Amino acid sequence: MSRRRRDPGLVRAYVMTGGVLRPSRELGLVTLLVAREAPVQGLAPEPRRVLGVCSRHGALSVAEVAAHLDLPPSVVTILASALLDSGHLAVPVPDAGAPDIDVLREVLRGLRQLV
Amino acid sequence: MGSANLSEVAYLPDTVTRSVKLLVAGPFGVGKTTFVGSVSEIRPLRTEEPITKASVGVDDLAGLPAKTSTTVAMDFGRRTFGGVALYLFGTPGQHRFLPMWDELARGALGALVLVDTRRLDHCDEILSAVEKRGLPYTVAVNEFEGARRYPAQEIREALDLAPTTPLTVCDARDQSSSAKALIVLVEHLTTRREMLA
Repeated sequence: MSRRRRDPGLVRAYVMTGGVLRPSRELGLVTLLVAREAPVQGLAPEPRRVLGVCSRHGALSVAEVAAHLDLPPSVVTILASALLDSGHLAVPVPDAGAPDIDVLREVLRGLRQLV
Repeated sequence: MGSANLSEVAYLPDTVTRSVKLLVAGPFGVGKTTFVGSVSEIRPLRTEEPITKASVGVDDLAGLPAKTSTTVAMDFGRRTFGGVALYLFGTPGQHRFLPMWDELARGALGALVLVDTRRLDHCDEILSAVEKRGLPYTVAVNEFEGARRYPAQEIREALDLAPTTPLTVCDARDQSSSAKALIVLVEHLTTRREMLA
């Protein structure tokens, strides 16, 4: 009787995060990420790929990083959290801590220009 | 598995520091990806998450003997307005992915529910899924060519919509029309917030 195999997709995800199962931070699919200048020596290949697609000059969301690298968002969340912890990535800081309603109003103004 | 083709990556302008997530929900085949593509400034992207029937992500890997797995795919697009990036996520329409909505709804400010008047009965479980997560929403009828037009009141009754839930029509292939449907949603969201403030 052969042992039933674990799902290869999930095993792959586990290996890519270096065995880390949970992210160290609360990141969402639309959390924005920018790269920072920091030495990349010693980074494993998967975090290096995440860092490689991020830029110092313009942000990408967690979901975009996942889509471009063909990685599950859950894996990118774990890898990006570690890269934020190590200072390789940063989350852009809004000029003023604008509440959601101001952000929605800005979206509304923009949408009206598309009509 | 190669590296990303960086020439295809559209970075946000460095003036963008905020993001907003809205869901575009609706049954399979209702035109969600078309809608997202109409408004998006980038070619819509897709993420794929391997899941077990029991969980999302890799959380439950330890000690999983043989759970059946599948992949939940999400198409999304982006539109930049000033300092804000609006992200539109098409939710997977299939019934079996409804349990995944907890993750999808996390951080979303609201949902646009797209419906097709030829298959209104398919919309009940989508509306229930949105309501269950406490997401504010509006409904837009995607008017397919050749589909019969119904009076708004009949559609409201068929969907059992609350009188306070805005209902609109759109052509998901058209940017201006899709933007109008989103305006109804975002106005609904701002009004709710102003009332709560």
